[in-house]
Amino acid sequence: MNYNFLKLLIEGLNNNKGWLKTWENVNPKKHYDIIVIGGGGHGLATAFYLASEYKEMNVAVLERGDIGLGNVGRNTTIIRSNYLLKENIPFYEFSLKLWEGLEKSLNYNAMVSQRGVLNIFHSDYQRDAYTRRGNSMILNGADAELLNVDEIKRMYPFFDYDNARFPVKGGLLQRRGGTVRHDAVAWGYAHAANKLGVDIIQNCEVINFRIKKNKVEGVDTSKGYISCKKVGCAVAGSSSILLSKLNMQLPIESHVLQAFVSESLKPVISGVVTFGAGHFYISQSNKGGLVFGGDIDGYNSYAQRGNLATLEDVCESGMALMPMLGNCRLLRTWGGTMDMSMDGSPIIDKIHIKNIFLNAGWCYGGFKATPASGWCFAHLISTGKPHKLISDFTLNRFYDGSIIDEKGQGAQPNLH
Amino acid sequence: MYIEHPLLGSRSIDEFIYYGDASLLKRPVFNQNKILEKFHKYLYLRKNPNGIHSELWFHLYGDRSWLIVERDTKTHEIRNVILANKELG
Repeated sequence: MNYNFLKLLIEGLNNNKGWLKTWENVNPKKHYDIIVIGGGGHGLATAFYLASEYKEMNVAVLERGDIGLGNVGRNTTIIRSNYLLKENIPFYEFSLKLWEGLEKSLNYNAMVSQRGVLNIFHSDYQRDAYTRRGNSMILNGADAELLNVDEIKRMYPFFDYDNARFPVKGGLLQRRGGTVRHDAVAWGYAHAANKLGVDIIQNCEVINFRIKKNKVEGVDTSKGYISCKKVGCAVAGSSSILLSKLNMQLPIESHVLQAFVSESLKPVISGVVTFGAGHFYISQSNKGGLVFGGDIDGYNSYAQRGNLATLEDVCESGMALMPMLGNCRLLRTWGGTMDMSMDGSPIIDKIHIKNIFLNAGWCYGGFKATPASGWCFAHLISTGKPHKLISDFTLNRFYDGSIIDEKGQGAQPNLH
Repeated sequence: MYIEHPLLGSRSIDEFIYYGDASLLKRPVFNQNKILEKFHKYLYLRKNPNGIHSELWFHLYGDRSWLIVERDTKTHEIRNVILANKELG
């Protein structure tokens, strides 16, 4: 089914009776050329680009639950490419460019809104660091602007500018950054992939891999055995569990990240804002809720819920930046499992088994990377060679020392 | 989450810093064979179980002791807490 204005008009007059399913729910076939494990944003994007860019015509996505219920539907929906390191910026900039054309390529309204991402700084040292980051972004083809206090005051008059401890000194703005309707990303990729013949199989958990002579022959699932030529794993926080079936230990810890939404308010925050003196970021959803978050809780967890200490810390950071937040009531909070890698950067690589590929370690920055991750992972699976944008995202970098540590924290996953 | 400190009783996790898998206590000794592999495994390939996990917590805003906490990562339930220096002997 194609979504367009004419269809909308007809269905509006027709009591909305003629809409077809966004994607078809099917039972698995006996064999696929490529199986993508994980029906989150990255898995669905991988399947879509496998079909659309690499002309793979026999692809399935296996999802343990229902699609869109994992981290792709549980994040703070921010897209940006304001990275520092040369290994990262081109990849995330490619992702941002794909976001810009996403709705057209998927024929699905994902509500991509380039409302600007503003990183505020509070000291001379931070100004230097953000200037360096901005220059690095511009050198690598992204957009960046350094704003002074007066320019920020015109955009956001309500910050605590003269805070004795954390005065606002300026900010680094990426105008092309913004937000996307996160659920629609999953639905859109599922819709577009399904239209190109990808089978999307929900409630189908992979129980085991069948390996022969260092090659995978198929997977045992809760819906029976499915044979395949290649497997791509894109299961984020569950990567360690899935790969342990191959007796593999990953340089990844699973942590819980909480996010928060306030009650619905009239439009007040036009873009995405991050606080430089603590870890706090905020935007306003189209429904009016303030969507915000901060640090991960900091301990290994698969519980998908966090502790109140983090909630308190995040709210304190928010109040330090915009004291008016104290008048606002919190509506809901939730937690998701993050695949925190040891250097804070992702892994898209082959593993010791020839035809199994791994996509993991996104920490809590996976959402913005969805399109580029899908594209590059599809390239790796289809051609067997890494796409040039991800040639540094190797599994071996931890062994040979070529780590990509954006924050300079060392092998301490809860600090990335 | 509250941690039952062996000396101080029940303390909020606010007071602690999390350090990770307790196997970090068992640092490889230099001059061994395949020392690069051993250090790679020691530093980067830590346990990440969906269940009982033995892990290091540092009581930074308390008595500055290191604890080994056995905790279920699926439920956050804490099973056992000991002082790390007891483990090291």
